[in-house]
Amino acid sequence: MRLFGRMVLGTVRDMAPVVLVVLFFHSIVLGQPISRLFPLVEGALLVVAGLVLLVYGLELALFPLGEALANALALRGSFVWLVVFAFLLGFGTTFAEPALTAVAAEAARAAASSGAIDHTPESLERYAFGLRFVVALAVGCALTLGVVRIVFGWPLPPLVIGGYVLVVALTFVAPPAIVGIASDSGGVTTSVITVPLVTALGIGLASSLAGRNAMSDGFGTIALVLVMPMLFVMAYGALLSWI
Amino acid sequence: MDLMRELWSTLGETAKDVLPVASFMLFVYCVVLRQKLARARNVIAGLGFVTVGLALLLLGVDKALFPAGRMMVEQLSPADAHDASAAPSWTSFHLIYLFAFCITFAAAIAEPALFAVAQRVNELSGGAINTWGLRIAAAAGVALGVTLGCMRVVAGVPLHWCLIAVFLVIAVQTVTAPRVILPLAYDTGGVSTTVVTVPVVAALGLGLAELLPARNPLLDGFGMVAMACTVPAITVLAYAQIAMLLENRARRRRPESD
Repeated sequence: MRLFGRMVLGTVRDMAPVVLVVLFFHSIVLGQPISRLFPLVEGALLVVAGLVLLVYGLELALFPLGEALANALALRGSFVWLVVFAFLLGFGTTFAEPALTAVAAEAARAAASSGAIDHTPESLERYAFGLRFVVALAVGCALTLGVVRIVFGWPLPPLVIGGYVLVVALTFVAPPAIVGIASDSGGVTTSVITVPLVTALGIGLASSLAGRNAMSDGFGTIALVLVMPMLFVMAYGALLSWI
Repeated sequence: MDLMRELWSTLGETAKDVLPVASFMLFVYCVVLRQKLARARNVIAGLGFVTVGLALLLLGVDKALFPAGRMMVEQLSPADAHDASAAPSWTSFHLIYLFAFCITFAAAIAEPALFAVAQRVNELSGGAINTWGLRIAAAAGVALGVTLGCMRVVAGVPLHWCLIAVFLVIAVQTVTAPRVILPLAYDTGGVSTTVVTVPVVAALGLGLAELLPARNPLLDGFGMVAMACTVPAITVLAYAQIAMLLENRARRRRPESD
C-alpha cells in the first residue's frame, strides 16, 4: 500500500510538467481565462490513473515474464526455437498493433491523394494491408536479428549505422510520398507493451548466456526495430513504383 | 455515464492489444517449454493492471493531451499563417516551436515505457546510470527532434535531408562515445515514443499541416515521429560523452591533489 502511494505521488510529479506547460502557454503567453481548460481536467485525471496502473503492471508482469521466458529459452539451448519465437513475437505483435493499423489507413489516404494509387476502397485497403504486412515482416526480422546478435555477440554499431546508410540510399530511389510514411513506421510500431517485453527479452538472454553483458549486449534490439521498417517500407515503395 | 461507456469500449480495444501477446508468451513458456510460472498470481494481476491502465491512459490522452495540443497550435500561430499570399517566414512561428519543445519534453518525461526502462537500466548498471539523467537526456532528444520536425514542415525542407543530418551526427558520436552506452542510446528513441508522446506529436504535426495552406496535411504530417525517435540517440550519447569528460577531468586532477 505504501508502494502504491509512492507510485501515485511519482506519477503526479511526472505529469506536472505537462500541466505546467499547458497552463503557462494558455494563461501567460495567450492570456486566456483558465476556465477554458476545465473540460481537460477529466482527461488529465484519467491519464494519471492510467499511468499508475500501467507502470505498476509493467513491473509486475511484463518484465518478469519477458526475462523468465528468455532465461528458459536460453537454458533449453535450442537456437531454432529462439529464432522462431523472436520472429513470431515481432510479426504477431506488430500486425495486431492498433497504432499501426491507424497509421496504415492514413498512409493509404495520403498515397491516394498524391495519385500513387486509386481512390477506391479496395485499393486503399489493399495498400494499407500491404503496408501493415511489410512493417510486421520488418519487425519480425528485426527481433530475429536482435536475438541472433545477442547469441553470437555481434557488435551493434555496424548493424545500425549500416541500416542508416541503406535508408539514406533508398530515400533517393523510393518515391517521395513513401519516405515520410516509411520513416515514421519504425517509431509507430514501438508500443508501451512491446518496448518492455523486447527489453526484458534482451536483458534475460544476455544475462543467461556466458560471456554476455546485460548492459552492452542486452540492449539494441529496439534500435533494429526502428531501422528495419524504414528499410523494408522504402524498398517496398520502390518496388511498387517499378512494377 | 458516457464516460463509463467510452471506458468500456476502450477496455475492449486494449484487451485485444494485450491479451494476444500475453497468451502467446504464456503459451510458449508453460506449454512449449513446460516451465512452471513463478508467482503466477502477480503476473496475471499485472497483466490486468496493464490492460486497465492502458485503457484509462488512452482515453485520458484523447480527452486532454490531444485536444490541448491542437488548441495551442491554432492559438499560438501567427495571424497571417492562413493567408497563402502573405507567405509568412518560418521564423514567425517561434511561439509554436517553443510550445512544441516544452510539451514534447514534458510528455516524454511522463512516458511510462521510458520510466520502466530507465529504472531497469539503473539497477543493471549498479546505479552508474542515473534514472533521471537518462530520462531528461531522452526527453530533450524527443523535444529537439520534434521542434526540428516542426521547423521542417513550416520551412518545407525535404525530410530526407533532416534524416541524413541526424544520421551523420549519430555516426560521428558512435566513433567517439563510450562503447557500453551505444546499444542503450540507439534504443532510447523507440523507448520514449510510445503511448504519451506519439499522440502529442501527432496533434502538433496535424495542427501545423492544417494551418499552412501550402502543405498537404496528409503528406506533410508524416516525418515527425521519425525525428522524435532518431534524435534521442544524439542527446543520450552526448550525455554519456559529457559524463565521461567530467570524469576524466576529475581523474586527472586527483593525482595533483595527493
